[in-house]
Amino acid sequence: MTDATEPADKPVAVPPSALRVSMRSTLMMVLFTIAFTALMAGTYLATKPLLDASARDEKLKLIGEVLPTDSYDNKLLEDVITLPPQPELGLDEPSTVYRARKAGEPVAMVVEAAAPDGYSGRIGMILAVARNGDILAVRVTVHKETPGLGDYIDPKKDRNKARPWITQFNNAGFARIAPEAWKVKRDGGEFDQMTGATISARAVTNATRKALAWTVTRSEKLFATATGATYSE
Amino acid sequence: MSAYGDITKNGLWKQNSILAQVLGLCPTLAVTTTFTNAVSLGLATAFVMSVSNLTVASLRSFIPYEIRIPVFILIIASLVTVVDLAFNAWLHEMYVILGIFIPLIVTNCIVLARVEAFAAKNTAWQSAWDGAAMGFGLTGVLAVLGIVREFVGQGTFLSGIELIVPGTHAIQMLPADYPGFLIAILPPGAFFVLGSLIAVRNWMDARANKRAMLAATPVSAGA
Repeated sequence: MTDATEPADKPVAVPPSALRVSMRSTLMMVLFTIAFTALMAGTYLATKPLLDASARDEKLKLIGEVLPTDSYDNKLLEDVITLPPQPELGLDEPSTVYRARKAGEPVAMVVEAAAPDGYSGRIGMILAVARNGDILAVRVTVHKETPGLGDYIDPKKDRNKARPWITQFNNAGFARIAPEAWKVKRDGGEFDQMTGATISARAVTNATRKALAWTVTRSEKLFATATGATYSE
Repeated sequence: MSAYGDITKNGLWKQNSILAQVLGLCPTLAVTTTFTNAVSLGLATAFVMSVSNLTVASLRSFIPYEIRIPVFILIIASLVTVVDLAFNAWLHEMYVILGIFIPLIVTNCIVLARVEAFAAKNTAWQSAWDGAAMGFGLTGVLAVLGIVREFVGQGTFLSGIELIVPGTHAIQMLPADYPGFLIAILPPGAFFVLGSLIAVRNWMDARANKRAMLAATPVSAGA
């Protein structure tokens, strides 16, 4: 296309210089970033109280599954001590121990533990250990086991609703099952596993044994540590 | 009106994000182990696609062409974060189930693809509808993948439904002592099923094309 027919004095449209384009782009990018960051920050601030509340409920609900709420009368979420990273519990980060008491007397402890050797990595658990050294119950908190196969370690995914796999640990202790027999049947122990998905069950069983052994040998000291303090050996 | 009809047809079948564009396979392979998971992720993605298309189409005159991609990514990531927080705060029960899927939506390139290919050039409401239609097309394919993998892998249908609709339960399709078929549940199983679905789609398209050609040239067809 030629501009021969156009008046000679008409200014030719000059494309904006590279500097102008990049300045404008930078400015717009900054403005968009500020606007959308503000949107996210606003949503975060608006939802934070609700998120905190539901995180607390979640924790109480999970603890309630391993420790019946009528078995203690203290403020469980406040009677806590901090545990430095404990390799024997499979934890490489500080965790919290909740101490349940009834009329001031120690009843049970809720400790976190982890199995590092699940089929797909780490399996997080919590367990409640009664004063007499028996496990009250164990629950899996986080895991990545294969859906439909190894995930029966989580009772919500276990197809046996009447008697989920994990309830085998209810009221189990070293008085009834010796540490040497605290294994899955496949390894010559006492605990069932599902055929074809032994690894998940083995990881949870072994981690439970280690966590129980760790807890019972330190029971006195864990209960005696001042509330809110950090436990040390 | 016909514009919306075309958008629907494209989203559900002609340009189906998985079968035709083969986009967004990462979440597709990861979560289609059961029907319930697959449909949940599909619907969450449809929602985010619809909202991000609507936002980009409304703001498109302010977005400089040279930096449109970073701006699109910024918008999508922010919206997903907002949706994630809002879900967690106000629909907490549902968030417990779908929560892990929502951050996955960011990694689904079909969201960015629709923003770039459609929302950047069309009106706000058409774009919102395009996002929804593409999302529903995705949901349909994910549902089929989920049904097949769940049936072959663990012999059930609707496993996990009790987490979404309390009181219901999974249906055992095969005998209860069915040992399961691990490879169907692992990612390779998703590739096998997906490959078969794409083959079926291509076969249907080829057949439709042949028919159309025969119908268009009756003389040479008779010869």
